Amino acid sequence: MAKVFIYPINSLILSDLVERFGHKPLTMMSQIREKVTNISLDSPPINITSEDPKMGLKYAAIEVPAGVRGRMSLIGPLIEQTEAAIIVENPPTNFGCVGCNRTNELMKYLIRSKNVPILEVKYPESDEEARDFVNKIAEFLKSLPKEESEEGKEAHEEKSAEEEDKK
Amino acid sequence: MTETKKEEITKYIVISSDKVLPADAAMKIYESEFPVTVKETCFGLIVTGPKEEVDAVVEDIRQMDKNHIFVKDRGFPAGDERRCRASRGGGPRPGFHFLREEVEMLPAIGAALDELEADECLKTKSKEKCRLKVSELEKIIESELSR
Repeated sequence: MAKVFIYPINSLILSDLVERFGHKPLTMMSQIREKVTNISLDSPPINITSEDPKMGLKYAAIEVPAGVRGRMSLIGPLIEQTEAAIIVENPPTNFGCVGCNRTNELMKYLIRSKNVPILEVKYPESDEEARDFVNKIAEFLKSLPKEESEEGKEAHEEKSAEEEDKK
Repeated sequence: MTETKKEEITKYIVISSDKVLPADAAMKIYESEFPVTVKETCFGLIVTGPKEEVDAVVEDIRQMDKNHIFVKDRGFPAGDERRCRASRGGGPRPGFHFLREEVEMLPAIGAALDELEADECLKTKSKEKCRLKVSELEKIIESELSR
């Protein structure tokens, strides 16, 4: 199972297709969940704290707007885990947390410079384009390794070792 | 001893099917007696609950029409005050616009998945045909020789 980064990062179609073909989508929703369900935060819904833009400094320079750095503090950790990526060009709308074009450009740049398998497709606008879109994504996802990633394997081995110790 | 709280997750189930309505899917969840919170929406359902139960429920629902029911994670729980329209004075909630755009494309994606599945079935069938057992080959040779 490969960890597949998707762009747009909150896409229903992409995250569903990635899961459907047996891989793990890396999405904004999981990051947001950690933020909004964490009891230690002082004042939800203001769930980006002053620490987040500092964390974003790892991915963007200090003169970059705080909004980009704040977003990168959420998206950056996902990019680090990425083992493959699907980038959709010209998605119709980007609202809310993914509505910042500068962040999106930076995100795509970081993914492309990571040397992982990347599929770039155009957002479909007709039935025929949708067929090509699905076929390309299916082919790409089938070409990715199905086995557990090394990190996952290590974590699994550690878990089983702990369980054995308990016994 | 304090009981450790299970990880709670939320998932959107977006239904773009001719056979299944959001109400049917919701009824199936009520019947299943899983301890999850279900919210019926115009596009499908929002399901909140412990991770294992939600995953099981989602898989059950997906099997009702697997190429036309789509699933994605959601950060906020169902009916969360920070996102729910009831407490925000109406209007679409943040994040709905992109979902609405994608929902319009789902019938075409579903049809493409149907075609993909049909193609794979054809391929596997043709592969099976190609594999000829030795015993069958012997029978064919015998029948040809006996003519």
